[in-house]
Amino acid sequence: MIVQELIFYAYAVVLVLAASMVITVRNPVYAVLFLVLTFFSAAAIWMLLEAEFLAIVLVVVYVGAVMVLFLFVVMMLDINLVPLKEGFIRYLPVAILVAIAMAVELLMVLWSKGRFGTDMFPLPAPNPVGHSNTRALGELLYSNYLLPFEVAGVVLLVAIIAAIALTLRKRTGIKIQDPGQQVRTRSEDSVRLVKMKPEKPPGV
Amino acid sequence: MLTLAHFLTLGAILFSLSVAGIFINRKNIIVLLMCIELMLLGVNMNFVAFSRFLGNLDGQIFVFFILTVAAAEAAIGLAILVVVFRNRKTINVAELDKLKG
Repeated sequence: MIVQELIFYAYAVVLVLAASMVITVRNPVYAVLFLVLTFFSAAAIWMLLEAEFLAIVLVVVYVGAVMVLFLFVVMMLDINLVPLKEGFIRYLPVAILVAIAMAVELLMVLWSKGRFGTDMFPLPAPNPVGHSNTRALGELLYSNYLLPFEVAGVVLLVAIIAAIALTLRKRTGIKIQDPGQQVRTRSEDSVRLVKMKPEKPPGV
Repeated sequence: MLTLAHFLTLGAILFSLSVAGIFINRKNIIVLLMCIELMLLGVNMNFVAFSRFLGNLDGQIFVFFILTVAAAEAAIGLAILVVVFRNRKTINVAELDKLKG
């Protein structure tokens, strides 16, 4: 039990520190890297909550795909960072005020007696050895949640097409191949057969 | 002794931090998108914690769908960002005011 608490507090501290770095660092590249650290810590905590499949998905899909996409975009755009940070100091007091007010309100609800403590939600027993979180999720996903699952697939398809359609552009003044024209080429257009007399080498 | 409240507190702190991030980074679209990702992570933390403590896997299914939609949102958001940058040469929110009239 004490080990679990140690793991929780260690990763929670890393999580909160990394999250506060994400919102405060100047350079967006560092912000993305701290966001990766945040997701890793969150994955560890989900592992502690025995949501193994989601923890791995968070690392593989989120860190591996979405965050790399962020990194690509941040590094691809040539951003002038100076004007983006103006107003940082000006809005800082408001931000701290709002964040603390929100956190205090939420914590007052969370830690009030008889709501989310052990009396209402006792610590569940750990899953038995051989229990597969992935199998349990899959059985639920392909039975009760089949329609939402298919809709999620459609959402992803729409996202792919939208992202490609948004960023596709016709550029002028560049030399590119036109495969259609290449295929339509006929030999008569490019090859000309010329009848001519055979030439004799000089001096014969 | 870890209780549900511990995990919910973590989610609440994460959510509050990302709200603060939206306040202080209101000029930079990229960091705004990252703050939204953080916010979704805080929400997902609550879902996973409730799923564990209620012994009900439906919460994890929800997280699954939230991750899917968030990935789609990030992809389209970044595509829009690239197009905006290509046309305006800036991602400063204060300068994106063409619709102001």
